[in-house]
Amino acid sequence: MQATSHDFKENARHALGDKNLQAALGILKRDFAGRRGAAVARLPEFDRLRAEGRAIKDHVLQHLDLYLEAFEQKVVSLGGQVHWAADAAEARDHVLAICRAAGASTVTKGKSMIAEEIGINEHLEKNGIAPIETDLGEYIIQLRHETPSHIIAPAIHLIKEQVADTFRDAHTHLDPARPLGEARQLCDEARALLRPKFLAADVGITGANFLVAETGSSIIVTNEGNGDLTQNLTRVHIVLASLEKIVPTLEDVSTLLRLLARSATGQEFSTYTTVSSGPRRPEDTDGPSEYHIVLLDNGRSAMLGTEFQDMLRCIRCGACFNHCPVYGAVGGHAYGWVYGGPMGSVLTPQLIGVKEAGNLPNASTFCGRCESVCPMQIPLPKMMRHWREREFERHLQPTAYRAGLRFWAFLARNPPLYQAATQVGAALLGWSGRGRGRFRSLPLAQGWTKGRDMPAPEGKTFMAQWAARQKQRAS
Amino acid sequence: MADSRDKILGNLRRSLRRGASDETAATDVRERLAEHRPNTIPARATALDPEARIELFIAMAEEVSATVARVAGFEQVPAAVADYLAQHNLPSDMVITPDPALSPIPWQERPTLSLRPGIATGDDLVGVTGAFAAVAETGTLMLISGPDSPTRNNFLPDNHIVVLRAEQIVPSYEEGWTRLRALKTLTEGKFTMPRTVNFITGPSRTADIELKIELGAHGPRRLHIVIIDEPAGD
Amino acid sequence: MSDVSAAAHPVRVGLFVTCLVDLFRPSVGFAAVKLLEDAGCQVEVPQTQTCCGQPAYNSGDKVDTKAIARQVMTAFADFDYIVAPSGSCAGMLRAHYPELFADEPAFLPEVRAFAAKVHELVSFLTDVLRVERVAARYDGVAVYHDACSGLRELGVRAQPRQLLRSVAGLTVKELAGADVCCGFGGTFCIKYPDISERMVSDKVADAAATGADTLLAGDLGCLLNMAGKASRQGRAIRVRHVAEVLADMTDRLPPIGAPAERR
Repeated sequence: MQATSHDFKENARHALGDKNLQAALGILKRDFAGRRGAAVARLPEFDRLRAEGRAIKDHVLQHLDLYLEAFEQKVVSLGGQVHWAADAAEARDHVLAICRAAGASTVTKGKSMIAEEIGINEHLEKNGIAPIETDLGEYIIQLRHETPSHIIAPAIHLIKEQVADTFRDAHTHLDPARPLGEARQLCDEARALLRPKFLAADVGITGANFLVAETGSSIIVTNEGNGDLTQNLTRVHIVLASLEKIVPTLEDVSTLLRLLARSATGQEFSTYTTVSSGPRRPEDTDGPSEYHIVLLDNGRSAMLGTEFQDMLRCIRCGACFNHCPVYGAVGGHAYGWVYGGPMGSVLTPQLIGVKEAGNLPNASTFCGRCESVCPMQIPLPKMMRHWREREFERHLQPTAYRAGLRFWAFLARNPPLYQAATQVGAALLGWSGRGRGRFRSLPLAQGWTKGRDMPAPEGKTFMAQWAARQKQRAS
Repeated sequence: MADSRDKILGNLRRSLRRGASDETAATDVRERLAEHRPNTIPARATALDPEARIELFIAMAEEVSATVARVAGFEQVPAAVADYLAQHNLPSDMVITPDPALSPIPWQERPTLSLRPGIATGDDLVGVTGAFAAVAETGTLMLISGPDSPTRNNFLPDNHIVVLRAEQIVPSYEEGWTRLRALKTLTEGKFTMPRTVNFITGPSRTADIELKIELGAHGPRRLHIVIIDEPAGD
Repeated sequence: MSDVSAAAHPVRVGLFVTCLVDLFRPSVGFAAVKLLEDAGCQVEVPQTQTCCGQPAYNSGDKVDTKAIARQVMTAFADFDYIVAPSGSCAGMLRAHYPELFADEPAFLPEVRAFAAKVHELVSFLTDVLRVERVAARYDGVAVYHDACSGLRELGVRAQPRQLLRSVAGLTVKELAGADVCCGFGGTFCIKYPDISERMVSDKVADAAATGADTLLAGDLGCLLNMAGKASRQGRAIRVRHVAEVLADMTDRLPPIGAPAERR
């Protein structure tokens, strides 16, 4: 996927003016946070589970190589295959090879962010294989030639009128006058249309919320059941998973599953949590005959042992998106690549470089709301700051900005100079703003005064007044 | 591409500053996998007696728009199913998994019901299956694949009716795994997973359009659970 | 007089006035002094204080930040407590200075000892000095915005509400989304003014929707931001630092962004 993260500011400006998007984001902001809060309130053990979840993932990361080997061994013993992909290109090659070997013409897909990351749809299409998104949100954006704007709810940036327009444009065999004003009608239409596609597909590709080392299993979590129809009705099941998805045991994954749905949508448990282990057994009457796990590195191993290691604990719940006021203002497409929101702001510079994606960790107030709701206790603002440190070291920030900051630091390190300068500044601004108490516009502060007034300083600094007061008391 | 495997594992070991022959780490992993110790299990269901546990299961399942009927014994199941079909104006043709757990059901008591044992197709409106267990904590059914329980029967029919016994209701997922391990070890001599374990919590749904929840996205529109109080083993 | 905790000797407090208060609204500094002195503290204001170092820190400049931090710790070396009328500056000193010096294990214990003495003003009054009420009057209906650092780094939430409840004539209402960022974020509002402006618009709209005539917070950055937006939109809501209300100084002091004549 071609990144536009370097255009974040322009993307954001566009997003702020998009009325449909803003209406959609209003719904997200209103509903998601409340739902999570209610679910958490119902589970007294929630915070303890967060600490345990974090400990499980930290343990896995310290032994990641060993757990991956154990997982692979188990998958092979079940008759499945594991394909190791160092980067996106290798992952694409593996998937294409498997599809070609299966003689696939259509491939159904469950929702997978790894699939987005490696750009598999475009690759399959280029090679004459048709990928069919089956998750309703993914199906909608596939028709619109858009990318997902949220890792859980890919079409959340749309209002239902936009979806109806898309269906009318795409489903031309249906009566154009049919009613599509309600979500119910849109769902029913997608259901009817996709059912035969599920049944006809040759290969099914899913992601994996978790991989379980103990049993060689992959786990998907959906509410629609599309991931199940994708993997069960086809001859070949391909699982796309990045390295850090691995979890030791079924008991460990149960803890993480308790955290996932509650954090993501406020549900107690997602409708379908499916644990798949290998191809069908000889005695089974349905199921895929082939089970392929494509294990993707693509920058993860480079995060281990660095100040970004904690990011590998992420279970892709999306809670950080739902609670981030910046995401809530601009939506997911502004971030310009696969992963948006706070987790995207930390992960994207790692995967596509801080030169391309530097805006993302900068577009944060460090309010900390993301970290406070993260089920895996990931210190997101801290890691965004680490990206800013890398940028500073490499002189990647705009020159004027860096100069302004260094000047401020220079003053701050020089108390007498600082006090002289602030006294002058306070006096000047205080004097010129004294009539109205605020400035409508200020040179050098247009960013602020474009949309806000600047309150005027009182006129004398505190330090000057205090010094005068102390002097007076002494005499 | 065995290169990539070595490259990736090498990168990981280098980042972790560990040689491939580090015994402590390998032992830790082996032990954790072998012990599969549970972490904290919420008290919500574990603190309950069996009857209260059943009631919790029912309440949680109904919360996610499943419907539940409770009957005394197998003899009452055909009537319960017939009532359900009538209530929703559904035809009496059903596909049923050839699950031995369902064989005590005297379907002949309701001759109007027409049951086809086997694999579901895209046209089935009603499917009947059993279940391996049910988790009271969140009103979740646990179904496993097998020669008598094709997975697609849980997803293709528009209406999914699950029949199970009250004693199959366990407090937590962990208890479900314990029972699965015990069963597999008993029947196969060692524990390997079935191809598919489905945890099902209510009927299919989506909120992808404006976060409004709609049931029946791709899986069943309705989920009906019939709980039989009569224990097995008589 | 407010309740005075039974102290054997006066508590020596170093006031970290913060750069924004120093420059824009010294009255908040004086309100802080009054509150602390009323509660029995001996307040001093080290003259070599400038900035807590957050702008440099949040821009990735660890070298300058460390230099500023050392300067702060030296200036405030001899106090029982260091108190700031700002959750964000107090948070910087208390939560981030130890993080900053994590790579200097020899110096870290000293930093930790310093950090442990740092408090945000209102929570210092309630949690350390056990102040339960203030003698103040403010006729109006106020909502309180929870500034992010104070809330999440220092746990400041109940304390300002507790003291505000003791102010005669004041009704405190809850603000929907009180814990959502106002969009100031220090350098953020300069780097991403469009997004910042949207966030502060939402915040001010939420405040106005409660029908309150007053908006309070414990951080001047947030307050300048919110007052600036409210003023640009011609809204009547009055914006003040919570210390001004608690110190009963609102009679002589216009709200933030208002001219001297208006109340």
